Amino acid sequence: MEGLKFAHSVRTRAGGTRQSAIVGVVASGNLEVLVERVLPDAECAIDIKTAAVGFGEVWTAVVGDFVERYSPGGLRFSINDGGARPDTVSLRLAQAVRSIAENGQ
Amino acid sequence: MTAPLEDITPAERARGTSFYEASARTRLELLLDAGSFIEFIGPEQREVSPHLKIFDLPEQFDDGIVVGRGRLDGSPVFVAAQEGRFMGGAFGEVHGAKLTGLLRAAREIGSIPVLILFDTGGVRLQEANAGELAIAEIMRAVMEARSVGVKVIGLIGGKSGCYGGGGLIAGCCSALAVSEPGRIAVSGPEVIETNRGVEEFDSRDRSLVWRTMGGKHRRLLGAADVFADDNVQDFREAALELLGLVGPFGLDKLKAEQERLADRLRRLSTCFDAVDIWTAEGIAHAETVPELPADQFIALADRIGRISRDAR
Repeated sequence: MEGLKFAHSVRTRAGGTRQSAIVGVVASGNLEVLVERVLPDAECAIDIKTAAVGFGEVWTAVVGDFVERYSPGGLRFSINDGGARPDTVSLRLAQAVRSIAENGQ
Repeated sequence: MTAPLEDITPAERARGTSFYEASARTRLELLLDAGSFIEFIGPEQREVSPHLKIFDLPEQFDDGIVVGRGRLDGSPVFVAAQEGRFMGGAFGEVHGAKLTGLLRAAREIGSIPVLILFDTGGVRLQEANAGELAIAEIMRAVMEARSVGVKVIGLIGGKSGCYGGGGLIAGCCSALAVSEPGRIAVSGPEVIETNRGVEEFDSRDRSLVWRTMGGKHRRLLGAADVFADDNVQDFREAALELLGLVGPFGLDKLKAEQERLADRLRRLSTCFDAVDIWTAEGIAHAETVPELPADQFIALADRIGRISRDAR
């Protein structure tokens, strides 16, 4: 297992009022993303635990692209990864933002 | 033209969603009354397995089981859904404790039924002792809940089936609903082949696996009381039907169940294959049973299939 942590400054706060959401499942080639609204509006954190060791550069690129595209201010993402491909990771991150952007608990 | 998403009712969505393909969370969302589910010990509490990190294996924040409460046609229910894609839905220490706790809560309250959406290969090998203990605790908790009048219904139709200790727990439930892809057994195909040889059971013969352990066979034998088509709405309706059918539980019921099983063994123990059993049960052209569509099979099962309603 390998742990990776990313922290980004972002322009805007993520929409919606939900406090947390979870998408995906930990399986081969898949991952789960737990997203929580726990940070100041201009911050975003992504903590990753992955079964695939040695892909730090790919994660840096995928996470950077995601933060740039969605500006998920105020959100902390916690990822358990079972060795998903970068496109699956991008999809799950986008799903997580969309889920927490809904209104509700 | 496809209807716009907002025009689709929850029931239509549930009807159009394969139970087999859906995640544990989607199953619960569509099984229960819309918006009624409240989770206990959710993923944000991060109650993960204390064992997996020792093996350098990934954890899941809910340890592969979602437990909570919700409403079914307006009435309160406790629910537990296993995620069959995370480590085969297997029982570990935390996973098991969440189900034990739910069943004990149901026992304390006494009037709220429990739905268990099984999807499991059995005990998680990496935490075998804790998992085996969990199975024993859950079986006891099911029987204790039932003995104070709680109905415990099992719904089986997931990718991992219901194997190992999951099969034992299912055997303790008040009643079961199963779909065709749902399988119920203790030893799985590979386990039998490994231990007894390929002549005993060829695990690569998928047709053999399905007609021996699959939902249709379990329904015809009376192990499952209702056969559901593979969609979440059908399982919702099956759960409601079973909640209406399950009667009081006591020693007489257990004795009747023992007699039902002994009778089954007397009548069918010489049968070599499931097709022989179906023929012995009076089904003409028994070899066509695996190909029957759900509606035709349900009609057949209602006519011929046995039930365990007076037993269990």
